[in-house]
Amino acid sequence: MNNTTVWSDPRSGSQIDFDSFKHLAQTAERGRFDFFFLAEGLRLREMKGRIHDLDVVGRPESLTVLSALSAVTTHLGLAATVNSTFNEPYEVARRLATLDHLSGGRAAWNVVTSWDAFTGENFRRGGYLAETDRYTRAREFLQTARELWDSWAPDALPRSDGRFARPGGIGSFEHTGQHFDIRGRFDVPRPPQGHPVIIQAGDSEEGREFAAASADVIFSRHSRLDEGRVFYRDVKSRLAKYGRTADDLKILPAVTYVLGDTQEEAEERAAEIRRAQVGPRTAILFLEAIWGRDLSGYDPDGPLPDVEPDLETDVSKGRAQFRRDRAETAAKWRALAEEKNLSIRELVIETAAPQTFVGTARSVAAEIDRFVQTDAADGFIFVPHLTPGGLDDLVDQVVPLLQEKGVHRTDYTGPTLRHHLGLKELS
Amino acid sequence: MSLHLAVALDGAGWHPAAWRAEGAQPDRLFTAGYWADLVIEAERGLLDWVTFEDSLSLQSSRHDQVLGRLDAVLLAAAVAPLTSKIGLIPTTSVTHTEPFHVAIGIASLDYASKGRAGWRPRVSGRPDEAAHFGRREVPDLDALFREAADAVEVVRRLWDSWEDDAEIRDAATGRFIDRDRLHYIDFQGEFFSVKGPSITPRPPQGQPLVTALGHSTTPYEFAAANADVLYVTPADRDDARRIAGEVRELNPGLKVFADLVVFLGDHKARLDDLDGAPLESDAHVFEGTPAELADLLLDWGFEGYRLRPGVLPHDLTAITRGLVPELQARGAFRTAYEAPDLRGRLGLGRPASRYARVS
Repeated sequence: MNNTTVWSDPRSGSQIDFDSFKHLAQTAERGRFDFFFLAEGLRLREMKGRIHDLDVVGRPESLTVLSALSAVTTHLGLAATVNSTFNEPYEVARRLATLDHLSGGRAAWNVVTSWDAFTGENFRRGGYLAETDRYTRAREFLQTARELWDSWAPDALPRSDGRFARPGGIGSFEHTGQHFDIRGRFDVPRPPQGHPVIIQAGDSEEGREFAAASADVIFSRHSRLDEGRVFYRDVKSRLAKYGRTADDLKILPAVTYVLGDTQEEAEERAAEIRRAQVGPRTAILFLEAIWGRDLSGYDPDGPLPDVEPDLETDVSKGRAQFRRDRAETAAKWRALAEEKNLSIRELVIETAAPQTFVGTARSVAAEIDRFVQTDAADGFIFVPHLTPGGLDDLVDQVVPLLQEKGVHRTDYTGPTLRHHLGLKELS
Repeated sequence: MSLHLAVALDGAGWHPAAWRAEGAQPDRLFTAGYWADLVIEAERGLLDWVTFEDSLSLQSSRHDQVLGRLDAVLLAAAVAPLTSKIGLIPTTSVTHTEPFHVAIGIASLDYASKGRAGWRPRVSGRPDEAAHFGRREVPDLDALFREAADAVEVVRRLWDSWEDDAEIRDAATGRFIDRDRLHYIDFQGEFFSVKGPSITPRPPQGQPLVTALGHSTTPYEFAAANADVLYVTPADRDDARRIAGEVRELNPGLKVFADLVVFLGDHKARLDDLDGAPLESDAHVFEGTPAELADLLLDWGFEGYRLRPGVLPHDLTAITRGLVPELQARGAFRTAYEAPDLRGRLGLGRPASRYARVS
């Protein structure tokens, strides 16, 4: 659930009630999906100094809701996004180890490195981290978490001979590094998976290296077939130098989908969804975020503003990975609007709300398969645009076709997420 | 008079050798099923709530005692969908855990349990916990409690930072929320500052139940100013009267529960032998029959008790199937759950957000 969730649809339910999460997770499990993924946002977005009010907002703490979901699912992996800047390794390691124990080996951690002083204002440790330290801290954070998970021997708990634990087998750690200087004894036994599955979403050069060195899954943004293949090749080629093989890192692009009984019907629905995602005020706000100016006087159905972007002013806050180069984006948008004769809203719809798979269940299943067969992806993270029913038609209509083709499991064959993903078991 | 009864869950029970007792399940301590079974049993006994202990370090340095724990908030969340009435109250550190994370965690537990969440903030003065977070210096007790008070204030403000009707879904204007009903909390204190608002909408109870454990005047004062419920640990009846009097003077509205370690049966002596010493506890240790325990509870005169079972599941089952019917027969305990939410069970209403405009 995020800014692409359509809340104006009459089928749109609560974004916060537990029953919505339960329905989505149980639907995903019915479709024999690998895992259910929750994003994180630690400060409400702002535009022009005010809280952004147009999109769905208000979310639970992800590890808490995933723990609750572990009680109403049996096989589905449970992936939490947890920031490495506004947390400490001891606490994150113990919470993820807890989820892994409670779920019987189904936990995953999406390690995000985003930081900013804006989000830091919600935390006692604040946003003190220099941007260049993002990945050094994330790398050391993950390394430290792994040391903590490894600090209990797999056979540390004999529970016999009058002993609960084997001396020497439990919890001792000492980590001294640039960001963390901690020592003592970890207090959660080794997680069932050894280490929870590690997900990474960074796309920069540093992010790709971090993932190649340390992650089990990449959550990628490259959802077009051509760019997906380029990204896939690039990242997989980085693995060898870390002593890893192509199977050790799964690449899963985030994708959306819209189904119809015919291609035309699907296209029509997709266009409706885009219009609902980008209302007139949303279109102006998108433009203001790039232009760095107040554009509220402009008509969303009229042409682009004649003024140039103000690159000194940033009016948008709290949005991760926002357009890095606003000047370049503005030039590109202007050219596109001229070429296709687009209004402001049409332009934003065209650029800001891309849809991946639009078609009949059969054509979407074929597309999904083509991505995987031609090395553009190892799988996908589907981003539904409706809560809580957004996965229903995918699971009812597309999943059976994929199962028929023999490219998607008809039942789970093991208990752990590591097993579902075909990752090596950790000893 | 009808008592309130809570049960404190921790490991294999509150005796250090509990994991070696008959019927103990040491192999299951780190599984969801173990905790689900216990909480479902507690709910069957119509208990007010269960608490989950937590700390950020190992419980003991001895290898013949239970070592290792699961995060209490997540543990409570994992039993929430399997129960429907009983309150769920995890402990978190306010010395090392970010107040923002605590606020959204407990709010999320309140959503997952549909209004049954509470919280016990706990200060940590232990050097080993500090070393796990790279902190060199452990503040003194007064500073720890001043910091804890600030943490509770921040958490409470964050819970109120979305007014109840902040979500408007107004198709006409395209607005999902009315941002005038979301509030910066702008907390600035001696130890930290937090801006807000929360990322989580106001929890179902508005303000989940805040509880505290105290053994002396400083934590009593902390609880009187910040908590809804205080657990105290009287040694005997006279001590109970003295403590109750002291707390009443600080805050007459504060709900006061007494903590007791309970062994319903004669199994304590064998466990003391196994452990090599008689059980030591901050709370009074009761041994006897359900009827004798019922006598004590009614005699000490608190409105509620938090019982710490010596051995799990044995002493929990003895509470739900022995003590509860005994109290019911005396007209001193409910025969069905009344209020659907935890605050309601204590007669506490749902408070309006402190930021709501009075219209």
